[in-house]
Amino acid sequence: MTSNYAIELRDVRKSFGKTEIIRGATLAVTAGERVAIIGPNGAGKSTLFNLMSGRFGSTSGDILLNGRKIDGLKPFEINRLGLARSFQVSNLFTRLSVFENIRCAVLWSMGYRYAFWKFLADLRDANDRAEQVVEMIKLHKRRDVLAMNLTYAEQRALEIGITIAGGASVILLDEPTAGMSKSETARFVNLIREVTVGKTLLTVEHDMGVVFGLADKIAVLVYGEVIAYDVPEAVRSDARVQEAYLGSVLADAQAAEAAR
Amino acid sequence: MTAAASGPSAGPPQAGPHPPGGSTAVSRRRGAPAYYRFKPYNVGRWVVWGLYAVVMWVAPMVWGSSLALTMLSQMGIAVIACLAFNMLLGQGGMLSFGHAVYSGLGSFFAIHTLNMVSKGQLSLPVSMVPLVAGFFGMLFALMLGFVTTRKAGTPFAMITLGVGELVWAMSLMFPGFFGGEGGISGNRVAGQPFLGITFGPQVQLYYLIALYAFVCTAAMFAFTRTPLGRMLNAVRDNPERVEFIGYNTQYVRYFAFIASGFFMGISGGLAALNFEIVTAEVVNALRSGAFLLFTFLGGAVFFFGPIIGAVLMVLALVLLSEITQAWLLYMGLVFTFMVMYAPGGISALIMMNLRVASFGKLRPLLGCYLALAGTGAGILVGAGAMIEMVYHLQLNVALGDQMKFMGATINAKGLDSWFGAALVLLVSTALFEMTRREFVRQWGSTQEEIEREIKKREALV
Repeated sequence: MTSNYAIELRDVRKSFGKTEIIRGATLAVTAGERVAIIGPNGAGKSTLFNLMSGRFGSTSGDILLNGRKIDGLKPFEINRLGLARSFQVSNLFTRLSVFENIRCAVLWSMGYRYAFWKFLADLRDANDRAEQVVEMIKLHKRRDVLAMNLTYAEQRALEIGITIAGGASVILLDEPTAGMSKSETARFVNLIREVTVGKTLLTVEHDMGVVFGLADKIAVLVYGEVIAYDVPEAVRSDARVQEAYLGSVLADAQAAEAAR
Repeated sequence: MTAAASGPSAGPPQAGPHPPGGSTAVSRRRGAPAYYRFKPYNVGRWVVWGLYAVVMWVAPMVWGSSLALTMLSQMGIAVIACLAFNMLLGQGGMLSFGHAVYSGLGSFFAIHTLNMVSKGQLSLPVSMVPLVAGFFGMLFALMLGFVTTRKAGTPFAMITLGVGELVWAMSLMFPGFFGGEGGISGNRVAGQPFLGITFGPQVQLYYLIALYAFVCTAAMFAFTRTPLGRMLNAVRDNPERVEFIGYNTQYVRYFAFIASGFFMGISGGLAALNFEIVTAEVVNALRSGAFLLFTFLGGAVFFFGPIIGAVLMVLALVLLSEITQAWLLYMGLVFTFMVMYAPGGISALIMMNLRVASFGKLRPLLGCYLALAGTGAGILVGAGAMIEMVYHLQLNVALGDQMKFMGATINAKGLDSWFGAALVLLVSTALFEMTRREFVRQWGSTQEEIEREIKKREALV
């Protein structure tokens, strides 16, 4: 049974203790598609990413990357098979420069592994690739600045850079624009679009502007289940989605009322 | 030279001919690729390494006494050990509480090898014995490190502590190998002399140690420039993220641990040749603690920090312990103050001031430094006098109430000497605090000026 899907979830379940967070999520993403995963808070969007990237093991169900079962593998094994992810909270090598951050992310995919008999300065392909990525994420002017000294938006860009540098074919971005201003977000969406050309992209996003600007398809996750997966227009008019969202909007309004 | 296509490398930048539009961006990048920007810095690097070699070469000519020679030899040994320790602490973020195990076991294997050479059972030049020790240090790191490096952070530290205790306990259980209380002694004048070098005279051994120290320093520095070395930094900064860029953090830690064990072993082998006796205390926690303490004092952040730490270690362990009985107390105080006020160690202090100097702003601070040093010395005299008097009263009662302190004779029971010491301490502490506040203010404004200067320079680019 071969599959043409870049990433596929088949009835994936995940429980933390007695609480079931992911309740039979099923999703199949064709290679090269850009998919936005949306859903109310606590729907399990980040958990889903953690399952796909190997951060957590799933309780049951199958996860396939390019037709290969990956559940139960370690994060680095999944990464080597061609899946890279970013994090909601910037997760950088804080005491290394921008360039070094990117170069670290490049090394494994270039086959340098745990080499201690080669000098980094001599690895022209890795250095060129790292330079290229630094330029792609538009941090070339900040190339030698330590990651911890970057501004928030720059850290988010570096986060994306580390994710794409290894050349993985499937990219998961967990709320890439979280905490950014409107203008920053607009620039950032362009950046994401540029650096993920030809790749399968899954992103978790709250900003509907970003969702409709970036995604070919939208997956709606509610209470650990994918209740809709289709092109944006179809999702917008889906009755269940409207109900789920309206429900949460009402709940939010009530919560705001109660807090007042 | 850089623009030429680089043969087999198939990175995206070289993927075929570029369209005319894209080539300008590429050639701009190629015109000044940033990893060539550091070329002028490399000249400085040659100078630094040259100086390092010269210092090692000349040191025994400047300090020729037998005490100085012993200390220099020990410094060379400590330099290797502290640098090897820092491969874990500073570069890998691994706090090992039992690293003397690898230098210590290296020492034991070295002394046994040496004795086999002496008896003619083994034909090996004495100069190669440290390499044997390095091999065994590596071997034990390979075996024990497999267990310790499975975890990072606090569990790692706890396991190294446990392994250290284990080996220490074992050293008392196998007197055949570890020599029990008396240890194992040997004679480094063994086998055939090479070009008349027998390593009998201390100075010959010093140069062997210096050679090893230089080569090991170079090798460990080279290690920091390799993919594994850089990934070790990445694991230190953020082990979680490393897992998501294809690396197994456990392996990165493990391989670094093995490399560190090798150099620890070499240092242990040299120590065996130097002292010609190895006792079980070379593997104990006290020794491990000394590596940690002095590596930290020298500074774990910069590569050269542990070298400073190693020099301080020998000075403290040999000289300070000669001068005063309270030396451990002073060491503890220094360590405490360093951790609290200068967590980057001495090397970080140096680098911070070099940065200020490179912007030409060090001169105004010099006055402050002078005042700080003066008042600091006052505190030292006051507190030192009181500490020494307490020690004198507690330990040297038989010698009477009179004692020597910094050339002066004082009465340890006299009210005037206590009062005087307290006065000196109080006054200099008050003055020190005043200068410290002034210094903090000046330092802050200097840093602000530097930040502004950097912004200005960035704007020009």
